[in-house]
Amino acid sequence: MKKMFDFKNMKKGTKDQLITYAMVIVVFVIVQILASTGIMSSLMQGLLVPLCTYSIVAIGLNLCVGYLGELSLGHAGFMCVGAFSSAFFSKCMMTTGMNENLRFFLALILGTVVAAFFGFLIGIPVLRLRGDYLAIVTLAFGEIIKNVINVLYIGRDADGFHFSMKDTASLHIADDGEVIINGAKGITGTPHQSTFFIGVVLILISLFVVYNLVNSRSGRAIMAIRDNRIAAESVGINITKFKLMAFTISAAIAGAGGVLYAHNLSTLNALPANFGYNMSIMILVFVVLGGMGSFRGSIISAVILTMLPEVLRGLSDYRMLIYAIVLIAMMLFNWAPKAIEWRQRHSLKGLFAKKTKEVQ
Amino acid sequence: MKKAVSILLAAAMAVSTLAGCGSSSKKEDVFYIGGIGPTTGAEAIYGTAVKNGAQIAIDEINEAGGINGYKIEYKFEDDQHDAEKSVNAYNTLKDWGMQILMGTVTTAPCVAVVDKTAADNLFEVTPSASSTDVIANGNVFQICFTDPNQGTASAQYIGEKKLAKKVAIIYDSSDVYSSGIEEKFVAEADNQDFEVVAEEAFTADSKTDFSTQLKKAQDAGADLVFLPIYYTEASIILKQADTMGYDPEFFGCDGMDGILSVENFDTSLAEGLMLLTPFAADATDDATTKFVSTYKDEYKDTPNQFAADAYDAIYTIKAAAEKADIKPNMSVSDICDALKAAMPEINVQGLTGGDEGLTWSETGEVSKQPKAVKIENGAYVGM
Repeated sequence: MKKMFDFKNMKKGTKDQLITYAMVIVVFVIVQILASTGIMSSLMQGLLVPLCTYSIVAIGLNLCVGYLGELSLGHAGFMCVGAFSSAFFSKCMMTTGMNENLRFFLALILGTVVAAFFGFLIGIPVLRLRGDYLAIVTLAFGEIIKNVINVLYIGRDADGFHFSMKDTASLHIADDGEVIINGAKGITGTPHQSTFFIGVVLILISLFVVYNLVNSRSGRAIMAIRDNRIAAESVGINITKFKLMAFTISAAIAGAGGVLYAHNLSTLNALPANFGYNMSIMILVFVVLGGMGSFRGSIISAVILTMLPEVLRGLSDYRMLIYAIVLIAMMLFNWAPKAIEWRQRHSLKGLFAKKTKEVQ
Repeated sequence: MKKAVSILLAAAMAVSTLAGCGSSSKKEDVFYIGGIGPTTGAEAIYGTAVKNGAQIAIDEINEAGGINGYKIEYKFEDDQHDAEKSVNAYNTLKDWGMQILMGTVTTAPCVAVVDKTAADNLFEVTPSASSTDVIANGNVFQICFTDPNQGTASAQYIGEKKLAKKVAIIYDSSDVYSSGIEEKFVAEADNQDFEVVAEEAFTADSKTDFSTQLKKAQDAGADLVFLPIYYTEASIILKQADTMGYDPEFFGCDGMDGILSVENFDTSLAEGLMLLTPFAADATDDATTKFVSTYKDEYKDTPNQFAADAYDAIYTIKAAAEKADIKPNMSVSDICDALKAAMPEINVQGLTGGDEGLTWSETGEVSKQPKAVKIENGAYVGM
């Protein structure tokens, strides 16, 4: 009873955080129970890691869109960078006999750091500007990365690494060497190491990072910049520094999602379907539908929208139509004034709490 | 407010999760064969052709009494030519009770799926995934040629028939299939009596305008343009070459098959186009005419090589299953082991095998005759 009391008097932000952590952990436990009893279908088991991947990337993008107030259309590009750098590392280290878990941990760090580095590089010039330049530049970045990787050939033999931008023949590797990144064929044979457990841990870490950032002094500075740049500047906030900080962290989280993606499939290609701008926009859709600034919402909508086309497979070709209708319906339900009014009149809120107003 | 939404959404999620768990009632006296390929999206024509071609074979087999006296249940899932979705499709089929997989249609998703079938030891025959990565694990057998084979065979064909002195290549550097063929073609070209004067690439993002590539080919004086690409882009290339008054010979591979059914494409532009394909819909042998007429009746379309490959894939499974004498109540892994052992011993007289039929090595690579056809008066004619 005492604990319950504390919970009610807790600061709203803290409560919100705890609910989110609890939700992730409860889902994890339920899934583990279902999986161990064998009721869960292979489809659901196969979907678990992708669901974590997209949730993580959506959390990263939400930091950028919801708190920094800058639109990024290149998060699939950061995912791509993280995926390829980590898969490259894992592939190189496979022959050295390094401990598998250590290798994956290092790959994860590397993918995250490389994505953060690219985010930082892009941020330096672009975040100094006012206006929607970040959207344009990140859009271009995503496309450039995808195309560069499609012409990148890296091989390895006894003499070390060989690079080429032309074809495998011009790598001139010895017969005993191997081609690691093979242009459009990408990287094949990445070890399977992403598990649902790692995915959930990564979600929790990302949540921990973003919640702490948002509720810190830096986080308040970031939101101040979003809400009124001039006012923020006038009180001496270093605009570029805080913008860069938020954007780099956002890119790094997307990179971690990419690492998870790369170690879930044995083939990694930079195709428009997985790392193109369509995917970036898909992630943006997760964020917008889940509610900008709500990390819990991002996770929920990423999970639902990734799962929907798969569980609707029974409807064959109609599933794409239904998917689109669900998107529109969710958008209307979340944001249309009439729907909000209706929800206020018929909500379950009366059953639970007497809280009157929610801050969006 | 958000709480209410979260609860609703959580409820929706729970419901959909449960819906995913519905276990199918599995019959003991039926073989479950699954198929995977893109039936929506840009590559839909291949997936649809495979789906339909296999359906015809399965209907025929079921009518004739099935495999070893057991009927076949068949289900085809869409993967939109995406590796992740392909794995999802595979898992869906596994839930359904699949014992043998006929797929996947396109190469990149197939590489992801073969990894899963190897882990489950599930027997897989791919009608058209042509990369050598696909057959790395030993449980996968191909009906189509591998990419290296196609590139080498095309170069040899052009060299031996003395079709050209100077060859230009336009290929899709962002596509596994296209760049794979291109690489081997260039390597083999050194041994042949022609010269590669231009290698022009495009990517999936820039496949609507090819005037630059064509201009370069023209300036280099190429009298033959090799197009190891899919037919959609090829149709644009043919149209643009015609507009700029450039009239070389064009030569394609099996991805070119289907060019005559492109919407709003003036098929007279494709006159004289040569392509290397194992199947020609206007062949006069009994098997082909029967297949083509059934396909036309059922699906109001002329079957392409992908449909024929799928048809052969199903008959290959049947031949191997009869050789190994498998039964539906065997475990997936036992079926796979038995079929794997039987595959190198069978010879299938399929639609795509020519006179000698299809045979396989233990690694899963097919051996069959490449066939070149030329488009004349809007139809394929054997060369």
